[in-house]
Amino acid sequence: MTGLAAAASQTSTGEAVQFWLLGIVAVIGALSTVLMKKAVHSALSLAGTMIVLAVFYLANGAYFLGIVQIVVYTGAIMMLFLFVVMLVGVTAADSLKETLKGQRWLAAGCGLGFGVLLIAGIGNASLNSFNGLGTANTEHGGNVEGLASLIFTKYVFAFEITGALLITATVGAMVLTHRERTERAKNQREMSEERVRGKQLPPLPAPGVYARHNAVDIPGLLPDGTPSELTVMQTLRNRGQIRDVSNESLDQLKALEQRSGERLGRDNEEEEVAK
Amino acid sequence: MNPVNYLYLAALLFTIGAAGVLIRRNAIVVFMCVELMLNACNLAFVTFSRMHGNLDGQIIAFFTMVVAAAEVVVGLAIIVSVFRSRHSASVDDASLMKL
Repeated sequence: MTGLAAAASQTSTGEAVQFWLLGIVAVIGALSTVLMKKAVHSALSLAGTMIVLAVFYLANGAYFLGIVQIVVYTGAIMMLFLFVVMLVGVTAADSLKETLKGQRWLAAGCGLGFGVLLIAGIGNASLNSFNGLGTANTEHGGNVEGLASLIFTKYVFAFEITGALLITATVGAMVLTHRERTERAKNQREMSEERVRGKQLPPLPAPGVYARHNAVDIPGLLPDGTPSELTVMQTLRNRGQIRDVSNESLDQLKALEQRSGERLGRDNEEEEVAK
Repeated sequence: MNPVNYLYLAALLFTIGAAGVLIRRNAIVVFMCVELMLNACNLAFVTFSRMHGNLDGQIIAFFTMVVAAAEVVVGLAIIVSVFRSRHSASVDDASLMKL
């Protein structure tokens, strides 16, 4: 790869094929990051784009960065994103209401103009001579050794500052997400006493209708077919998110009886009995 | 193929990320678009490193990655704490300072 990269201003055909195939994948991933409605889908397509970029780093002779890209970006950062999506809630979708009028179209226009300017700038620059990383990589015995010799000599001060930055970020994240306990934690004795003093001594009845529904938002039915309030949790009751299936299950029972009656020919018997 | 194509790809990815920051409202997705822009810059740095035949560009890309990791940690912590207090991850809802 390094020998190929050193070859003047043209890459090998293999690298060209790889670039065009994976470049299309990267652009599609980037577009779906922006356009997907759910944050989880955006995160997954961004992870795909980052893996493609890692392959490009490897193709450009940056072996260390290619591996670090996979380990740090797709391994750590994107998983952190997925954790936060899980915490914040997958349902927290974008509001489609525009607070500023025509903001989306203006933003898309700005993006298009910016892209045209950027690409025209690169096109106008004279970037024809490519030295390749062949000599730079072999100078100290390899890519990683070359990077190490630069980091610990020329860039050692920046490297130390980076360590301070990481420590500060860690402490900052801990401070931001830490919550102080405002009241004393109850001990086991107090909890058991509170429970005995409450109205319901045995465990609460389970939600769901036997053999048909077992979701937590469906109240269990009492023997006379009316839904029982106790079986659904307080939060769902307050939100009014209870699905009442008492009528539905009675209807289904009726339909079931009718079908089994038809199959067994019970109607005829009943008619005969009526006669 | 001329390796300059890597620069065009980086420019395209950066533009898509910038447009995403402007268009999307969900704070998490906005953050992902910022990450996309940082990655596009890294690709440009690596390509320039190959162009000039020295490793300084890769060092800068390495430092960008470290800074991006620190930024993601703090930013996501801010998003989580904002979500805790306002029950919304939309950037439009955090408008207390607006006149």
